[in-house]
Amino acid sequence: MSTPAIPGNMKLPANKPLFTLIRIHTRAQVLEQLRIPVAVLSSTVFPTLALVFFVLPQTAVTSNPEASLISIAQLAVFGVMSAFLFNYGIGVAEERANPWSSYVRTLPAGAFPATVARAVTAMMFAFFALIPVLAVGAATTAGLQLYTDGTLSWWRIPASVAVWLLCGLPFLFLGLLIGYLCTSKVAIALTQVVFFPLAFAGGMMLPPAIFSPGLNTFSLFLPSRAARDISVSVFSGTELAPSSVICFLAWTILLCAGAVWANRRDQGRRFR
Amino acid sequence: MTIPSPRGEVLSGAYGVRKSYGPVSALDGIDFTVTAGETVGLLGPNGAGKSTLLNLLSGLRQPDSGRVELFGREPRNPQARQQLGTTPQATSVPATLRVRETVDFVGSHYANPIPTAELLDGFGLGPAAGKQCGGLSGGQQRRLLVALALVGRPRLVILDEPTTGLDVEARENLWERLADYRAAGGTLLITSHYLDEIQNLASRVVVINSGTVVADGQVDEIRSRVSVSRVSFHTALPPSFFDSLPDTVSASLAPSGATTILTHDADATVRTLVRDEVDFRGLEVHAASLEEAFISLTHSPAGAGQGRTMDRKAAG
Repeated sequence: MSTPAIPGNMKLPANKPLFTLIRIHTRAQVLEQLRIPVAVLSSTVFPTLALVFFVLPQTAVTSNPEASLISIAQLAVFGVMSAFLFNYGIGVAEERANPWSSYVRTLPAGAFPATVARAVTAMMFAFFALIPVLAVGAATTAGLQLYTDGTLSWWRIPASVAVWLLCGLPFLFLGLLIGYLCTSKVAIALTQVVFFPLAFAGGMMLPPAIFSPGLNTFSLFLPSRAARDISVSVFSGTELAPSSVICFLAWTILLCAGAVWANRRDQGRRFR
Repeated sequence: MTIPSPRGEVLSGAYGVRKSYGPVSALDGIDFTVTAGETVGLLGPNGAGKSTLLNLLSGLRQPDSGRVELFGREPRNPQARQQLGTTPQATSVPATLRVRETVDFVGSHYANPIPTAELLDGFGLGPAAGKQCGGLSGGQQRRLLVALALVGRPRLVILDEPTTGLDVEARENLWERLADYRAAGGTLLITSHYLDEIQNLASRVVVINSGTVVADGQVDEIRSRVSVSRVSFHTALPPSFFDSLPDTVSASLAPSGATTILTHDADATVRTLVRDEVDFRGLEVHAASLEEAFISLTHSPAGAGQGRTMDRKAAG
């Protein structure tokens, strides 16, 4: 380890305020994304396509308002999770091998503004992906009935969108953790291996109501299940177990700490 | 263009720094400093540790042991990098960002950046300001990267192989911009494989090999020590015949059939060849690259002597 530097008496101008740094990094990242419209488009329509292919053919679900809302919420958080894990999380693995991102790390800004900017950018594009899900869901399922007949209040819709985005955070951190520890090829493979079991056992593809008791118990300890339960509860008004919130917060803190640790030990791509 | 620096102040330094990648040692207890107002050329063959040293000074990596300082602080501290300008090691630009946006992005990190339009005009990139960086030619990309190093009016600029892939005109434009920067009191640290390339700009040259400083001094001083020429020609005589000639470092036979003599004094070698009426044809004389010079110097008895005479004075 390095010995600590002797505190210098050289006068240097102060670095830009944190908020300014986050703003300029976010701006650059959003612009970079927007210039590749195909990538933006594909991540935007993915959750909607999943809704069209997996939910709409099941008339038993689409004719039942509560089941419809549950399915929509599951798919929404599924879409956010996949976008966060793949596009934005393990994207750092690719970036680390890129000399430009090494260069950005020599600018007078720590890793924090760039990472926050990444999360903000991820949430912004995930937000755009959620709008068509809601629109298609409202138009093709019976879910909207619970809102039009007054069973559920309208605030739940914007609240749900916010909650779905927040529920993606542990997966963003997981993606960052993987991305900082592995080279990009390993990161993609590892994320795929992690992603499907996590989504399935978390009840994002099939509702946990049909799980065996053993699988259900296991599922309750997963971040994906906690994220799913919270998302479903806010949108459909079903009961939320406090343990889900605790489980979600614990995973978020753990994975965030892991991502920070991985970032700190990262010194760019290493060749051995 | 930049804030004048008081002379003599150490802006950045490495003290007894070691760094290895697994079993490979990149830096082996190196001592090195850059003082305000200097232009330092950092030379060495591939794998000598140049890039590792620059990565440590710019906060990209941590040393295994020893101390690294930038403006009196640990370079990993973002505040320390407020007056540092660097470029990416390879030609690498954010492909989809426009040139103007890229300069704005980098400039926004600094307290008092050079206005984007002024900077781009200075580098002849004004007309390309609205283009996406990925659409620039290779030479334009290199110029953009050097422009980025200067945008924050840094007191210290570190450039790793800035002229790689540039044509003659772009190269001259680049040296002009860097001369302007230096004339305004800026401090420069530049790496290169070639002594010739930076001898006009650098006031001091530091040569590193195998992770340590092997020579440190004025350009002419260093030049006389590492200067080696390559004299090649076709001949029927075996290479060993030429080993005994005065000033010869080594003689070898290339697969193409050409015999090559590495010599400290090409003039003397050619004179000897002519005077002794040695059979040769297709004579060519080239300046050897630094890498060749080093390989020859460290592999021959004459070179070992030469190497020992290189004083290893601690810088600063």
